[in-house]
Amino acid sequence: MNNAAYFGDFGGMFVPELLVPALKQLEQEFNKAQKDPEFLQEFQKLLNEYAGRPTPLTLTRNLVKNPKVKLYLKREDLLHGGAHKTNQVLGQALLTKRMGKNEVIAETGAGQHGVATALACALLGLKCRVYMGAKDVERQQPNVFRMRLMGAEVIPVTAGSGTLKDAVNEAMRDWSANYKTAHYLLGTAAGPHPFPTVVREFQKMIGEEAKQQVLEAEGRLPDVVMACVGGGSNAIGMFSDFIDEPSVKLVGIEPAGKGLDTQEHGAALCKGSKGILHGAYTYIMQNSDGQIEESYSVSAGLDYPAVGPQHAFLHESGRAQYVAITDTEALNAFQSLAKNEGIIPALESSHALAYALKYAEQQNEDTIIVVNLSGRGDKDLTHVHQVLNERGEL
Amino acid sequence: MSRYAQTFNALAEQDQGAFVPFVTIGDPNKALSLDIIKSLIDGGADALELGIPFSDPIADGPVIQAANIRALEQHINTQDCFDIIKQVRQYNNDIPIGLLLYSNLIFAKGIETFYQQAKEAGVDSILVADVPLHESKLFRRAAQNVGIEPIFIATPNASDDTLRECASYGRGYTYLLSRAGVTGTETSAQMPADSMITKLKEYHAAPALLGFGISTPEHVKAALDSGAAGAISGSAVVKIIEQHLDSPSTMLNELKQFVSTMKAATLR
Repeated sequence: MNNAAYFGDFGGMFVPELLVPALKQLEQEFNKAQKDPEFLQEFQKLLNEYAGRPTPLTLTRNLVKNPKVKLYLKREDLLHGGAHKTNQVLGQALLTKRMGKNEVIAETGAGQHGVATALACALLGLKCRVYMGAKDVERQQPNVFRMRLMGAEVIPVTAGSGTLKDAVNEAMRDWSANYKTAHYLLGTAAGPHPFPTVVREFQKMIGEEAKQQVLEAEGRLPDVVMACVGGGSNAIGMFSDFIDEPSVKLVGIEPAGKGLDTQEHGAALCKGSKGILHGAYTYIMQNSDGQIEESYSVSAGLDYPAVGPQHAFLHESGRAQYVAITDTEALNAFQSLAKNEGIIPALESSHALAYALKYAEQQNEDTIIVVNLSGRGDKDLTHVHQVLNERGEL
Repeated sequence: MSRYAQTFNALAEQDQGAFVPFVTIGDPNKALSLDIIKSLIDGGADALELGIPFSDPIADGPVIQAANIRALEQHINTQDCFDIIKQVRQYNNDIPIGLLLYSNLIFAKGIETFYQQAKEAGVDSILVADVPLHESKLFRRAAQNVGIEPIFIATPNASDDTLRECASYGRGYTYLLSRAGVTGTETSAQMPADSMITKLKEYHAAPALLGFGISTPEHVKAALDSGAAGAISGSAVVKIIEQHLDSPSTMLNELKQFVSTMKAATLR
C-alpha cells in the first residue's frame, strides 16, 4: 500500500498487475516533472500562449435577481478546446513525451476530453485514439468531427451501456496491451493512482486564478465555490486551492437525471455506496451484488457511475457538500444563461449554474458565489434543440 | 495437503502437466452452466478456473465479456455462483476449483464474508483480477483466515522484486501471463522467458500455469516445454459455448472433446 495513493480510505491502484509498472512509471515521471523548472515552464507557456490562460472571471449582470448575491463565473468555457479539459491534457501530453511514448489512448464522454486530447496530440506530434461510447458518439457529433479533423481516431464502444464507463473499460484494455508505447491519458480526476493526483495538480490553476481574481475584485474570499461533478476534474481543480480556506464553502453538483428517486441519474455521491470501479475505491452506483449500475444524465460528461476518490473523501469528511440537479433544472439554467448573459454553457456546467441560482435565491446576507463554468455549450446545441423541440418549448 | 498440491504431485508422478479450463459461471444459464462444468471435468480437466460474472470486466477480451453479459442477462448473482460450485463439489470432491473475479464483487459482500462463503461452497483458490500484489493485504488475510489459497499473476513486465513478492504471497499455483493485453485468442500466447520460470522456481513460487491466448494443443505443449506446470485456457473454451448456444448437447460434447484434446497434450 502506498499512502500517496489514498485520500483517507479512498483511492488506491486496483488494476490488473500488468498495468502496475505503467502506473508507477507515470507516478515517477510526474513527481520528477513537478520539480523540473523546464517542464513547469513549458507547461505554463502552453497554457498561456496556446490554451489562453488565465481565463476571465465574469460577474453576471442580469441572471441573479437577489441584490444580496454576486455570482461570478470562472470562464473555462473560453479556454481553447471549449472546456477546462485542455489544461490537464497539455500536462499529461508533455509527460507522455518525457516517458518516450509516442501514442496516446483516451476515453471521452461528452467529447470534450477527446477534443482536448486530439488537439494536444496534433500540437505535440503524438498519435491519438479515443474510445467513446456509441450512445455518446450519437449525441455529441460535432465533437466527434472535431477530433477527427485534428487527426484522432475515434473508436465507438458498443459494449455495456455505450457511455463513458464502457469507453474507460475499453481504453484500459487497450492500454494493458500497449503500455510500452502508449500513454493512457485519463480525462478526469478518477481512476487508479496516480491519475486523481496528476489531474488535480494539472487543473488546480482554475481555483488559484479564481481566488486571485475574486480577491482583486472584492477584496475578500468568496463565500461558496461550486462546480459540477461527473468524475470530478473541474470540481477538484476549482476546489483544490480553497480546501484550506475554512470560510469558503465547497459545493459539488452531481447529475440527478430524471430525479434522485428514479433509477435514472448519475449521482454516485448522493445516492451511491462505496466500492471499486476503474481502479479506485470510491463511491459508485451498484446493486447489492456489486454489479455496476448504468448511470444516466442529459449531459454526456456527467454520465458516469463513479466519482474521483478525493471527492469521496471530501464528502465523507464533510469538507465539501454534494448535491444534485435534474436534467430539467440544468436545461433551464442553460437557457437562462444564454438569454440573460449571452453565454451558452455546456450542459455539464449548467448543473452547477442551476444549483447556484437556487442557492442565490435563498441568501439573506451578502454572498459571493463562484461557479466554475467548465465548458461551453456548442457541442450540446443539436441535443438541446431536439430536447426542447420534443417538449414543445421551441 | 491442499487439492492443488495433491493434483500437482499426482501429475508429476505420472509425468503430466496440468490442463485447466476456464468458464464464466452462469453462462449461458444456470442449469446449462452446471452441465458445462461437469463436461469439462469429464473431458479430463485437472483443475477448474471459474469466473463470477461482472458488469465491467476490464481484464477480459470480447469473448469472455460476452460470457459475462450472457450470465448477467440471466440475472446470475454471487449466491447462484456459490450454489453451482456446491453442486460441482458434489459431483467431484477432488478437483481444485479456483475463482477468478473482480474486486467489487468481493467488496459488496464484505471481504471476510465473501471468502467464508467461497470456502463453504468448496472453492480452493481466489484470483482477484484487479487487485495487484501491493493492494492485496486485506484479501490475503481473508484468504488465510478461511484456508483459501490466494493466486497472483506473474506478468512479463514484472520486476524481480515483484516476482519475489508474487512467489511469497501466492499459494496453490502461480498464474503466469503469456503476454500483455486482455484475455482472448485474438492474440496468441507467447512463451515466457526461461528466466522468468527459473526465477519463480528460485523464489519457491507455487507451480506456474501459463494463461492468456492458449487455444491449441501446441500452445499447451509449448507451455510445458518452457517449464510451466500447465496451461489455462479460457476464451477458447468459452468460444465453444458461444458457437453452440442453440444446441446444448453439441456444445457439451465439443467442450468435452476440446478438453480431452488439450489434456492429451500435457502427457510428456
